[in-house]
Amino acid sequence: MATTAVAKTNWWSGGKSPFNLEYGKLMMWYFLMSDAFTFGAFLISYGTIRFSQNFWPDPNVVFNALPGAGHANLPLAFVSVMTFILIISSVTMVLAVHAGHNNDKKGVIKWMIWTIIGGLAFLSCQAWEWHHLITGGHAVLTDGHLDVVGQTTRVNPWGAQVHGAAITEALSKTPHDALVKLVALNDHSQTHEQLAKLSDAQLQGMINTAELHVRETGPVAFGGFFYGITGFHGFHVFSGVVINVIMLIMTQNNVFARRGHYLMIEKAGLYWHFVDLVWVFVFLCFYLV
Amino acid sequence: MDHQNMSSEITVPHHQHSDEEFKGRVRKTTILLSVITVIELGLGLLMYSTDFPHWTDLFIKGVIAILTLAKAFYIVSIFMHLGDEIRNMIMTIAVPLLLFVWFIAAFLWDGSEYKNLRNRYDKTKQEQLIKMNTPVKGQDTATHHLD
Repeated sequence: MATTAVAKTNWWSGGKSPFNLEYGKLMMWYFLMSDAFTFGAFLISYGTIRFSQNFWPDPNVVFNALPGAGHANLPLAFVSVMTFILIISSVTMVLAVHAGHNNDKKGVIKWMIWTIIGGLAFLSCQAWEWHHLITGGHAVLTDGHLDVVGQTTRVNPWGAQVHGAAITEALSKTPHDALVKLVALNDHSQTHEQLAKLSDAQLQGMINTAELHVRETGPVAFGGFFYGITGFHGFHVFSGVVINVIMLIMTQNNVFARRGHYLMIEKAGLYWHFVDLVWVFVFLCFYLV
Repeated sequence: MDHQNMSSEITVPHHQHSDEEFKGRVRKTTILLSVITVIELGLGLLMYSTDFPHWTDLFIKGVIAILTLAKAFYIVSIFMHLGDEIRNMIMTIAVPLLLFVWFIAAFLWDGSEYKNLRNRYDKTKQEQLIKMNTPVKGQDTATHHLD
């Protein structure tokens, strides 16, 4: 920036932007500020509730799965992959904007395509994570009996661990369907239909209470906060991808070449970086702290 | 390097980096962001694998939070080019966010206070608290460990 010209200018004399920015870009910055406050408020409310609880699930126990790795215990692995995908897509976005500065249409197209691919990859990862959490079965002790539940907005399977006698006693009070699900957790030799035909006593006999990991149900708020905030963020990633696709099409159709500038790409770029930035904080709050 | 068609609102054209210089900055920043992320992950795994006392855990989390703020600074300043804007503009973004820091501190403190007050004055919570003090952080002793 030519500092003497900046220092000499009376920014508030009228007839020009007092922030030396084109109107659209300034408005994008202020929209991002409002969005930052919204995400910030969500994350802060999560922090408040989380620290107000005596017990909160350990993220290293909850988020330890990696696609393709089966039941291996790999905390932080998958979320690192997601973080790097988003950071790299931010870098490709920077390069797209830079190509726009140089009026390099081919460069813009190339880097926008990579950014879109990064965004779609991230969304796929998040979808897998959600699916894994919702459909994953965990044995819990609830209401005096055992059950098998996944992580939803209504129930959290990661409370305090339960041992010994409490498990056996709860097992005796467990209804038939729950028994079938419990056996199916570790025994994959028969289908649910086949197991359903067995009697309660037979099913109870097939369960090894010494090796069964049972927990109490954890704080219900966990699900609402996790799915709500990552979902809200995922929605922003999705809309960002849509915007980027529109930018790509407009570039291809020479809209920006005709205008003589690629400022629109820059504004889309600001939005995309914001999305990456929010993820950095979501990652911090849910997985590391 | 030709300037884009400037809108009439812009008085001083933004500094145009040379191609080489710019690519260098991008590469350095990308590497920096990746290294910081790896350090954060390393610290996270360290906390997971080692049984630190509560205050050490809190200290490590503080370090990770500061590293995240550093990442945010680099993304905003270099990728979003806020560092290239004039001072007035930077302030309209930076000042509200500094106030935000107080927002964060106040509510996390409040959250902790809810817990402390409840534990102190709610009789039914006393037994839950005694039960809570025995297991360790909900860590599964029966799942496969990293070692």
